[in-house]
Amino acid sequence: MSDLTYLTALQLRDAIAAGEASAEQAACAHLDRIGRLNPTLGAFLDVWEAPAIAQARAIDARRAAGRPIGPLGGVPVALKDNLCTRHGATTCGSKMLADFHAPYDAHVVERIAAADGVILGKTNMDEFAMGSSTEHSAVGRTVNPWATHCVPGGSSGGSAVAVAARLAPVALGSDTGGSIRQPGSFCGVVALKPTYGRVSRYGLVAFASSLDQIGPFGRTVADAAWLLRAVAGRDPRDSTSVDAPVPDYLATLDQPIEGLRVGIVREFFGEGLDSQVKSAVDVALSALQGRGAKLVEVSLPHATRYAIAAYYIVATAEASSNLARYDGVHYGHRAASPADCLDVYLSSRAEALGEEVKRRIMLGTYALSSGYYDAYYLRALKVRRLIRNDFDAAFKQVDVVAGPTSPTTAFALGARSDDPLAMYLCDVYTTACNLAGLPGINVPCGFDDAGKPIGLQMMAQAFEEEKLLRAARMYEQTADWSARAPAL
Amino acid sequence: MTDAATQSAALDVRLVVGLEIHVQLATATKMFCRCKLEFGAPPNTRVCPVCLGMPGSLPVMNRRAFELAVRTAMALDCTVARFTKWDRKSYYYPDLPKNYQISQYDLPLGSAGRLTIPSADGTKDIRVRRAHLEEDAGKLLHEGAGATSQVDLNRTGTPLLEIVTEPDLSSPQEVGDFGRELRRLVRHLGVSEANMQMGQMRLEPNINLVIRKDGAEYRTPIVECKNLNSFRHVEAAVEYEAKRQLAEWQKTGVTIETGSKSTRGWDPDRGVTFLQREKEEAHDYRYFPDPDLAPVVMDDAWLADIRATVCERPIARRARYVAELGLDAADADQIVEERANADLFEAAATALPGGKGARRLAKLLLSEGNKRANERGGLLADLPIAAGRWAEVVALLEGSKISATAAGTVIDELLTRDDAPEAIARAKGLIQTSDAADLAPLIEAVLADNPKAVADAAGPKGAKALGPLIGQVIKKSGGSANPKVVQELLKQKLGL
Ligand SMILES: [Zn+2]
Repeated sequence: MSDLTYLTALQLRDAIAAGEASAEQAACAHLDRIGRLNPTLGAFLDVWEAPAIAQARAIDARRAAGRPIGPLGGVPVALKDNLCTRHGATTCGSKMLADFHAPYDAHVVERIAAADGVILGKTNMDEFAMGSSTEHSAVGRTVNPWATHCVPGGSSGGSAVAVAARLAPVALGSDTGGSIRQPGSFCGVVALKPTYGRVSRYGLVAFASSLDQIGPFGRTVADAAWLLRAVAGRDPRDSTSVDAPVPDYLATLDQPIEGLRVGIVREFFGEGLDSQVKSAVDVALSALQGRGAKLVEVSLPHATRYAIAAYYIVATAEASSNLARYDGVHYGHRAASPADCLDVYLSSRAEALGEEVKRRIMLGTYALSSGYYDAYYLRALKVRRLIRNDFDAAFKQVDVVAGPTSPTTAFALGARSDDPLAMYLCDVYTTACNLAGLPGINVPCGFDDAGKPIGLQMMAQAFEEEKLLRAARMYEQTADWSARAPAL
Repeated sequence: MTDAATQSAALDVRLVVGLEIHVQLATATKMFCRCKLEFGAPPNTRVCPVCLGMPGSLPVMNRRAFELAVRTAMALDCTVARFTKWDRKSYYYPDLPKNYQISQYDLPLGSAGRLTIPSADGTKDIRVRRAHLEEDAGKLLHEGAGATSQVDLNRTGTPLLEIVTEPDLSSPQEVGDFGRELRRLVRHLGVSEANMQMGQMRLEPNINLVIRKDGAEYRTPIVECKNLNSFRHVEAAVEYEAKRQLAEWQKTGVTIETGSKSTRGWDPDRGVTFLQREKEEAHDYRYFPDPDLAPVVMDDAWLADIRATVCERPIARRARYVAELGLDAADADQIVEERANADLFEAAATALPGGKGARRLAKLLLSEGNKRANERGGLLADLPIAAGRWAEVVALLEGSKISATAAGTVIDELLTRDDAPEAIARAKGLIQTSDAADLAPLIEAVLADNPKAVADAAGPKGAKALGPLIGQVIKKSGGSANPKVVQELLKQKLGL
């Protein structure tokens, strides 16, 4: 039996189904690897060793008794630590929630458990998902498995690292402005942000409610598609989740799209794009052309010039409101000896929220303040509409649009810590997708000279995940980067 | 007081009051979660992650609450918005777990309506500026001697309809009348119990004065009054404020331009208002659309469904009872106070033979009916007597077949078993004899036996002296003689 951690999720599922491995063996193989590598990588904040083994044993026992097993078939899954779980803490990477034990499971957690995915634990993230390097976590440090002096990207850095380093075959993250795709690019894994409303946000600790979306990481497009199907669909507890059918993505995944029209976003290849990233993406697009795709240049004039500005207003405005509840009164960190009621708020928040979180709360509060609302928040909403129009126009000509996921490969730890603006520019190609509510995917498309992964981003129209995944799969078949693993 | 009165004699002082009313909607569950609404449950036992504002929880609109709110807005003649959305109103307070309240800001579900209230010269229309839905906050409990406060979040998320009037009210009486009329309306609509002691209806008057003196006009600073949990307190507080503000103005000359809005509480024991917040802080609530909730779009069908649930307004019902059924205004008021009672009355009135006797029916219900309902601790409409039976009792009275006293006996019997009132009266020997032929021999006999009484009647006392004779006839008949008929026959006989 080969090392179970080197199987894809689907291979592992099949091996368990065929009796070649047990769910318990699969869980233990990954737990062993976590035990060995997590001290270096810092992907997991909390490893659910005992509950994972117990869950895996229960699945094995059911299989032995001839009873049916859910579609995730005993395969291990990692969860970003902003997904509420009854078991353990849900820290959101913050001191504020370091000891917060949610009284309920997030919708996706319920779905994974019901589908017999074995939960390995909770992964590190930028505090409240605010950041692009996972360096803003107040509770752990995560490094890139391909270059351990570099950041893994963020905010879902822990989940990206877990999958890249084979600590988990698949994982869930959340993406508000690129927080799944960008760490997916930095860590060389497939990373999908679904359409807004595709996956219920119930139990996802909110950063920016109109942008947040939960999505999967996998080492292959098929693994990501498979996990998406397990968690997608309408949930009455989330008013913004949409009642649209969830197709069996795997059923059509290997069918190439005849005459696929790929829009090359002109604005995504301008200033600031690293030349090695550019050439890798160019090669990837040529490879798609080689499979019969038609490349068409398209323009999204507002999607780069104004997207970052609009994104940082909308996201921070919503965050300033969403994070108001962390006040030390009802749960979370409370200052030890506040002077009075007001000081409960002031000291608790001052002590337990990080610099970046405070910066964004202040930005957002300002944008919503009377006298500034029209100039900032309302204007950002108008830009948001223009970005949607850009995409609508582009999708009249093409099936998917494509470009780099990130302008650079993973940068060194600490390199951008003192420069918030430089950090915000990590999201230059990814925020438009959230502002427009579209599905977007990162597919690994090579490595730079230093051996750090490069990612190709593709986006499709709302609820066209099936098409997006098939297009991503068409590229993946031309160059299987997932065969490469970081040397650890 | 006398000084102020003398001074104000030269002044033209007009009271200006606008109301903010919060009405708790009678839904089974909260506005954005499925927790049960239950007054008096042990603290923090009717809560869930959503109303606790737990990380990751999301609100889901209670459609029933929305419909009850729209029903009320329609009954207030508001323009009902086809497109509304939810907004977050941000402020920090320990009884507000999310530190924002979900409300409706620039697109209230109802606007530009009115409520007609009774007034000295008929009715008066009070304009309604807006009506919108929002969630209630929790409660702070400051019990015990310790320095700590405790929070009870059972009430958090209760659906509240906020109704804001234009400043159209000009006397304490009018403010009270508005409150009572609105309470009647929401009870008739079935949207709220509107029990003020239980906080299901909260009135906050905004009060100031317009004073004319020597051709100039002065307006006093607006005072918002809180903690008013009965209409009497509301009226008393407005009355007190009117006097206080006049005296204050005469003393300091501070006007709305030079002063600022303040909030005052009502102390019912001392009968005074007291300062709660000196300056209305320049609150910036940072309203913005709640991204967790979809806007509400109402189509024709939904609007029509709700419109079909809007009942006749109580004030219109009252007017109809007076004008068409001949009720006294006071009786109509009492009948209309409770929707169920009005429905009972109306069903009974419809069953009256020839439609005659509605006035008597109202009086019977309010006297004999209410007496028994009160004894049982329920509503008139809760008595186990069907509307048709009430109509039959009234028909017996109208036909002089039973006396008022006998009606009481019949009603008591009806409380124990359902039978035709006439049958009951007959079985109990309560049917009156009104036939002149049957009564003539009895009258002859009584007149023969009572020459003194007959002489009295012929004297200056006249018909007033007939009492003892009537009594004698009834006695002779074994209680069945109709006193009115006996009286008429005696008058004829004695030529009075
Ligand atoms: Zn609740």
